[in-house]
Amino acid sequence: MSSAPIDTAVDATARARDFLGVTRLTNSALRGWLHGLPGVDHVGCDARAGDLGTRSIKNDAKLWAIDLAISMIDLTTLEGSDTAGKVRGLCAKALTPDASDLSTPRPAAVCVYGDMVPVAREALGTDSGVGIAAVATAFPSGRASMAVKLADTREAVAASANEIDMVIDRGAFLAGDYLTVFHQIADVKQACGPARLKVIMETGELVTYDNVRRASWLSMLAGGDFIKTSTGKVAPAATLPVTIVMLEAVRDWFALTGEMVGVKPAGGIRTSKEAIKFLVAVNEVAGEEWLDNKWFRFGASSLLNDLVLQRQRMKLGFYSGADYVTDDAPSLY
Amino acid sequence: MSTFEYAPAPESRAILDLRASYGLFINGQFVSGNGTPFKTISPATEEVLAEISEANAADVDAAVRAARTAYTRVWSKLSGADRGKYLYRIARILQERSREFAVLETLDNGKPIKESRDVDVPVAAAHFFYHAGWADKLEYAVHGANPRPYGVVGQVIPWNFPLLMLSWKIAPALAAGNTVVLKPAETTPLTALLFAEVCQQADLPPGVVNIITGAGATGAALVEHPGIDKIAFTGSTGVGKAIARSIAGTRKKATLELGGKAANIIFDDAPIDQAIEGIINGIFFNQGHVCCAGSRLLVQESIADEVDARLKRRLKHLRLGDPLDKNTDVGAINSGAQLARITELVAAGEAEGAQRWDTGCPLPEKGFWFRPTVFTGVSQTHRIAQEEIFGPVVSVLTFRTPQEAVAKANNTPYGLSAGIWTEKGSRILWMADQLRAGVVWANTFNRFDPASPFGGYKESGYGREGGRQGLAGYIVTGKSA
Amino acid sequence: MSRVEVKKTYKLYIGGAFPRSESGRSYEVSDTKGRFLANAAKGSRKDGRDAVVAARKAQPGWAGATAYNRGQVLYRVAEIMESRKSQFVEEVRAAEGLTPARAGAVVDAAIDRWVWYAGWTDKYAQVLGSINPVAGPYFNISGPEATGVVAALAPQRSSLLGLVSVVAPIVVSGNSAVVLTSRDRPIPAITLAEALATSDVPGGVINLITGDPAEAAPWLASHRDVNALDLTGVAGTDLDWAQLEAAAAGNLKRVRRPALDGLTAIEEDWLPTPDLSRLESFLETKTVWHPKGR
Repeated sequence: MSSAPIDTAVDATARARDFLGVTRLTNSALRGWLHGLPGVDHVGCDARAGDLGTRSIKNDAKLWAIDLAISMIDLTTLEGSDTAGKVRGLCAKALTPDASDLSTPRPAAVCVYGDMVPVAREALGTDSGVGIAAVATAFPSGRASMAVKLADTREAVAASANEIDMVIDRGAFLAGDYLTVFHQIADVKQACGPARLKVIMETGELVTYDNVRRASWLSMLAGGDFIKTSTGKVAPAATLPVTIVMLEAVRDWFALTGEMVGVKPAGGIRTSKEAIKFLVAVNEVAGEEWLDNKWFRFGASSLLNDLVLQRQRMKLGFYSGADYVTDDAPSLY
Repeated sequence: MSTFEYAPAPESRAILDLRASYGLFINGQFVSGNGTPFKTISPATEEVLAEISEANAADVDAAVRAARTAYTRVWSKLSGADRGKYLYRIARILQERSREFAVLETLDNGKPIKESRDVDVPVAAAHFFYHAGWADKLEYAVHGANPRPYGVVGQVIPWNFPLLMLSWKIAPALAAGNTVVLKPAETTPLTALLFAEVCQQADLPPGVVNIITGAGATGAALVEHPGIDKIAFTGSTGVGKAIARSIAGTRKKATLELGGKAANIIFDDAPIDQAIEGIINGIFFNQGHVCCAGSRLLVQESIADEVDARLKRRLKHLRLGDPLDKNTDVGAINSGAQLARITELVAAGEAEGAQRWDTGCPLPEKGFWFRPTVFTGVSQTHRIAQEEIFGPVVSVLTFRTPQEAVAKANNTPYGLSAGIWTEKGSRILWMADQLRAGVVWANTFNRFDPASPFGGYKESGYGREGGRQGLAGYIVTGKSA
Repeated sequence: MSRVEVKKTYKLYIGGAFPRSESGRSYEVSDTKGRFLANAAKGSRKDGRDAVVAARKAQPGWAGATAYNRGQVLYRVAEIMESRKSQFVEEVRAAEGLTPARAGAVVDAAIDRWVWYAGWTDKYAQVLGSINPVAGPYFNISGPEATGVVAALAPQRSSLLGLVSVVAPIVVSGNSAVVLTSRDRPIPAITLAEALATSDVPGGVINLITGDPAEAAPWLASHRDVNALDLTGVAGTDLDWAQLEAAAAGNLKRVRRPALDGLTAIEEDWLPTPDLSRLESFLETKTVWHPKGR
């Protein structure tokens, strides 16, 4: 589906110039473009989310959705107190989400701090199908020089991270300095090399849905492979309406460019019921092409075990309990 | 399964205790009617649900006399506070029995359970709750001296929102101190009859609410009965005119809530994703069986192609089918007669040269169904842009300037509602001033609330329902006659 | 020998002009003792039609004027009437057979009625409108606005005060009026028209047609470009108000019925200060919703 990502990564600025139809990429050109996007009516968007949330997913559809959701998880631990032992536990869980049922799919990736990438790689090996996502660029605040952010990125990629989750400079974005945000994303993208780049917009700090829409388009223009809601350190994190705005953005970007971009809500999604609402939104807003862990992820930790519990209940025909689901990495995130 | 196919999620019918036949509810009792009984069916399956009594002239007379006696002897002697407490009771019972009402409404009407569950029934309960609080505050509701009820009110309601329209009618009438005789539509009598049981459970004094069933003849007998002081009618403009004629020269007053041909106006700076949802909600909510439906979509020419593409993409996600399925978005057309009318007007649209598009979704074999349909290339002169289709069919017209949008929106004998979608605040206010419509939804559509007056200009009727203004329609002021 | 008086030709008042009836007819108007007063234009169905065209044309501008402006214009009518008070008193005395003192009181009341209604232009919306606390994140407001073109039958007996009491509440909110004046007592209406023409009421906002209301009334009642019908003036005529109301149902006109005794139309007492009901008869409630979001 996606077209020539290597060319675009090489010179995001040239591509953006072409796209905007300007000879020089200036902040005012970006501003004009981003502020020319249709507005988002807050109440209408919330109502749409509420409406999608009333879908009733039962039986086969529910089982299918649970497995899909498990396969979309970036199983995450992002604590100052993380240790090699905790990361190894997380990886063990990723490799065997339900020891009582080995048909349970594995999550898409584990998501850790950059310094934990070697530990994760050692635990996961190279052919498990579980990727390694590293947060980089002075996660979660993003308050560091570009040199530090790029070094952070390169180090994680060098340590075999498959995916980089960067944070944008929300301060620059809110100050209207879109060009700075653009360049930072484009530069990190270049530093990623073969790794896929997820751009964390920290939507809880952007506050308005108009900002979420603009940040989404800016991230896609600068070459992000995924747009991601949150670090998990700021509330509100991944809400359904915000995710809908992002799904609309990737859908419309695809219609315009033919390029697919992924979406990753992260933080606050803890139950199967919530996760399935997100999948319904993916299906009905972006389209079924996005119902694949190449294009949609959940940044979560406790969600996995709730999905496993629900899966056991569906398979066994009775309710299971927390004592029947292994928990190697208890986390608040 | 390779795609996300939602499995059937039907709401259970087990909660219902349907009787084989229903009588009329007169003076607190169910009694047999003296007319010819008729059957009510589920429009989704054509299954017969129950046999319904038809009220003839003598039954109408009995109901009106019961209402008069209840008014004179009981209801007019109660304090407003006590009347209010009955309404609060009714509101609570509706909430308690909400699932039962939702299932029954969906079964009898064909509307999706998610709408009866999330809109019709809760908003009906809200109407009773809102009006309950007015019962002891009538002097704050109107400006004239000596506020008091009319007496006996005759009410005739349509089939599109059976319980909700009942609540719009009965709640304010009782709050103001009137007693009522209400006739539900012949294709959707069941929730009104279940409501009669609610009145019994609430210990509402006999005769305060009387429910009589039947078709047009029963309605006409009620409207023309000399014992009626006030008529409240929701339905077609044709019948509304007939009622206005029949009460001419009498002391009866009327509130008429009639047809519409609402313009839903989309400017090029609209919040486009919400506007698309607003279009969908505007015309496909309740299968388009909505008098205020946004059946004329006026799109600014510069974004017409974009809106067309977005709308059609979105429509493909609408799920048509079993109304009891919790995932159904579009249910059954309420009757064979209504389906025939929709079919005829759609054929006329094609014959007049508009381009027809529909979702192509499969239709169930039994029952009455119509696919969500979009007409483009529509002119103001086309029948589909002038006549109320009352079905899931939207006609798309274009405009270039705000003035042109207003002119086209107002270019109809109707004037019930209108929609405006633009992010420009001052334009919204200017448009709202210019539009000749009783309800203007800006950046939203099809919102209803007991506190919000609803009703039309011009041939969409007169009087309002909801809010202080709606309540005023049930109150007389000035010197006693 | 005394001077030969210059007599006035009485005409209709349509669209701000004073045309003769298109029918070319006039009729004799006498005082209550049967003495000839003047020939008045005998308005026809087509004069009614022309008046509706004028009223429709004038209505949006009048409704679109600020409430403050409409208030000043209607107050100006009172000012002009006050300046011609003696003429009004004389004409009302002749038309209604009143004593000079009584006629004076009636004219005073008519002038004061304009003042009363002029004060309402920028208040009725505050009194009748509302902000509605709906159960959701929406701003919701209901306000009254003019219904459009109103056809009215002015009272037959009270030639000036009754006329003003019918016309003023129609135009306060921005409606325009097509008024069939008292058949037998039309002279004060024409003088009122002159006062209107020399105040700042835009042409077409108030149109006055003298003659027999039986000619034009059925046509106005059924006219599809008329939004509302005020039947006050059927009292004292042979007109069947039931028939007129039935004709008005054709386009669902808002109908203000006459005052009734049983089902018989009667003319009300015009001297007491009115309530808001006449004003409310020709208003529509418009409700506007808008989401409240960030």
